[in-house]
Amino acid sequence: MTAPSLEFKQVHIALHGRTLLELDARLAPGEVLTVMGPSGSGKSTLLAYAAGFLAPAFQASGQILLGGQEITALPAERRGIGLLFQDPLLFPHLSVAGNLRFGLPRATPDKAAKVEAALADIGLAGFGQRDPATLSGGQQARVALMRLLLSAPKAVLLDEPFSKLDMALRHEMRQLVFDQLHAAGLPSLLVTHDRDDADAAGGQVIELGPVGRERSRNARPG
Amino acid sequence: MLRLAPWLIATLLVGPILAGLAMAALPAFGYLPALGGDAFSLDPWRALMTQPGLARSVAVSFTSGLAATVVSLTVVLLFLAAASGSRLDRWIRRMVSPLLSIPHAAAAFGLAFLIAPSGLLARLASPGLSGWERPPDLLIVNDPWGLSLMAGLVIKEIPFLLLMSLAALHQLDAERRVAMARSLGYRPTIAWLKVVVPSLYPLIRLPVFAVIAYASSVVDVAMILGPTLPPTLAVSILTWFNDPDLSRRFMASAGALLQLGVTLAALASWWGLECLVRRLGRGWVAGGQRQRGERMLRLAGKALILLAAATALVGITGLALNSLAGVWRFPDGLPQSFTLQHWQRALPALGGPVTTTLSIAVVATLLAAGLVLAALEHEQRSGRQPAQGQLASALTLLYLPLIVPQIAFLFGLVVVIEALGTRPTRWLVIFGHLLFVLPYVFLSLSEAYRRFDPRWSRVALTLGATPNGAFWRVRLPMLLAPLLTAMAVGLAVSIGQYLPTLLLGAGRVTTVTTEAVALASGGSRRLIGVWALAQASLPLLGFIIAVGLPRLLWTNRRGMRGTP
Repeated sequence: MTAPSLEFKQVHIALHGRTLLELDARLAPGEVLTVMGPSGSGKSTLLAYAAGFLAPAFQASGQILLGGQEITALPAERRGIGLLFQDPLLFPHLSVAGNLRFGLPRATPDKAAKVEAALADIGLAGFGQRDPATLSGGQQARVALMRLLLSAPKAVLLDEPFSKLDMALRHEMRQLVFDQLHAAGLPSLLVTHDRDDADAAGGQVIELGPVGRERSRNARPG
Repeated sequence: MLRLAPWLIATLLVGPILAGLAMAALPAFGYLPALGGDAFSLDPWRALMTQPGLARSVAVSFTSGLAATVVSLTVVLLFLAAASGSRLDRWIRRMVSPLLSIPHAAAAFGLAFLIAPSGLLARLASPGLSGWERPPDLLIVNDPWGLSLMAGLVIKEIPFLLLMSLAALHQLDAERRVAMARSLGYRPTIAWLKVVVPSLYPLIRLPVFAVIAYASSVVDVAMILGPTLPPTLAVSILTWFNDPDLSRRFMASAGALLQLGVTLAALASWWGLECLVRRLGRGWVAGGQRQRGERMLRLAGKALILLAAATALVGITGLALNSLAGVWRFPDGLPQSFTLQHWQRALPALGGPVTTTLSIAVVATLLAAGLVLAALEHEQRSGRQPAQGQLASALTLLYLPLIVPQIAFLFGLVVVIEALGTRPTRWLVIFGHLLFVLPYVFLSLSEAYRRFDPRWSRVALTLGATPNGAFWRVRLPMLLAPLLTAMAVGLAVSIGQYLPTLLLGAGRVTTVTTEAVALASGGSRRLIGVWALAQASLPLLGFIIAVGLPRLLWTNRRGMRGTP
């Protein structure tokens, strides 16, 4: 698999003229970059910027390159960047299989078989027709991860994806997520305030420093 | 495309109103070449001033506008303060939408059947309590002071203000405020009035203004319940406008401007009242009084709303009884016999108007829903939401059709249309209804749309869905329930429209509403029962679909029950 690298070139985000954060980093395929910082330090703003959801109130400069291609100006759906949230956010009006199918690119041949295989992959074979609301928290988290992987992203953003799971489950999910991302060779940006997440990710760690904290009073979580 | 939606809505609403007002203003000063008015003059005003009973008409319009608003707002606020969290609260909340869906005319007829000298109340009290063997010779309905008119308006405006308040309360975190105040020793009702109302009122101010404007200029309710000699100003204007003597249209136009002035005066008085209450209220809120009056306020809050809801429901029951009654002598509480004869006889005549009513309502509602969805979706995609409760958006103009009295601009609009040579058609009526359906659909849907978690669309986009795909496959299905409710409100608004149907259809487009109101003077009770009940049940259909369809679709989706 020739996975691309993800590069942040002199990224600078400001709100009302005040610097919120600066980032200059390069992530090789399969590498995880962890960004840590207290709430309000601009972590979520960074994710919103990378995913393409930055609110118009922010001023951003710099570039994001994915596999050498500049994607800074592309809309979210054409960036090829997947996003994993705190909550699984399985679409409540679709079945489990429907959620996975939503992830598959439109032209995928034999979607049903792919979905069934994916379910088996995460130990949920036969769960396709279930209502996602009837799944346990851990099962939902796994479906959300699989939905993300099926959409074949070229890079992944993780927004404190384990913070709402209980201790035992958190450990298991960390393992699963990082194994899968590594196996797929995807460069990933993890945002968290949990040191254990950073350790499990095992890549570079950037702490958003006091600069961020100082500005945090004016920052709206993106 | 989407970017155009807010502007399209604004133009659609503002254009006709401004054109209508202008074309009411010109003839009011004698200028309307089509009718031979070539020079400006004050003659229409002189003619208007010599109309007998004009002062009384104006006074009744003005006071009923203000009084109905004061009473409805008081009842709603007291209820919310006294009953929050109680069983009555849950029951009333469930009843709000159906009560709101009852058309004004049907509710007015229901009230008339209830309080008339030979109505249900008099029957229940006779002959035992009252000693009446025959209906007393009292002028209760159509009383000269407009009291029954105000009562009819109050019954209909309470659900509207309640719905608007409930939507606004989402932003206020009222429970925590009250909990805080109670921990400081305030009794619950007093606490609510002191810590929630001051923040709630600014959020429902525009709906309150809409109630004042509506109540001071209403036509259909006033034709059913209002005084007759002289009628309210709005009804008088309609009579002059429809006078075979076309030259009276000049005077009618002057009257339309006068109506605008009366409504503005009522709004200005309200503003003065606000200042007064604010000044007095500030002392009361900060005075530290925690206990006194709690029990009385609590009782009043619950009793008044129950009275209003019961009146509306019993009124509708009265319509049903009348439509099915055979022989029904005076002091008898119930008819001696029931018959389907009135329905059978009316059925052939009902078919046409019912179809017309529904087709107009469905088209107007679909147009409105499309425009509103486009505007709200544009707002989400551009990331620019107006701060809640602020007036800084072009969409504030939505309130314009609700605040400018219908009768003031619809005449002018008719003149414009006549000048353009357009023949009255169903499309014109649909367009007229759209002016009023649009704001209500927007008001009902915007809250749910703006509170919808933006992460759902973001997930969809990062999974590769296009913005349109995210809208059709995620946002729309997840917001289906509030959308259907908003559309049911739209249907109800359209079905209840009297004046726009009458004027823009030039009397040639007959709906159940125009037919029912036409029966007001001298129609038989049985026939009125049939038509008013038909009118009341059509909007109910919409609400049944709005409640039932999501349940049917999402039987197997726990996450979709009790959705946003």
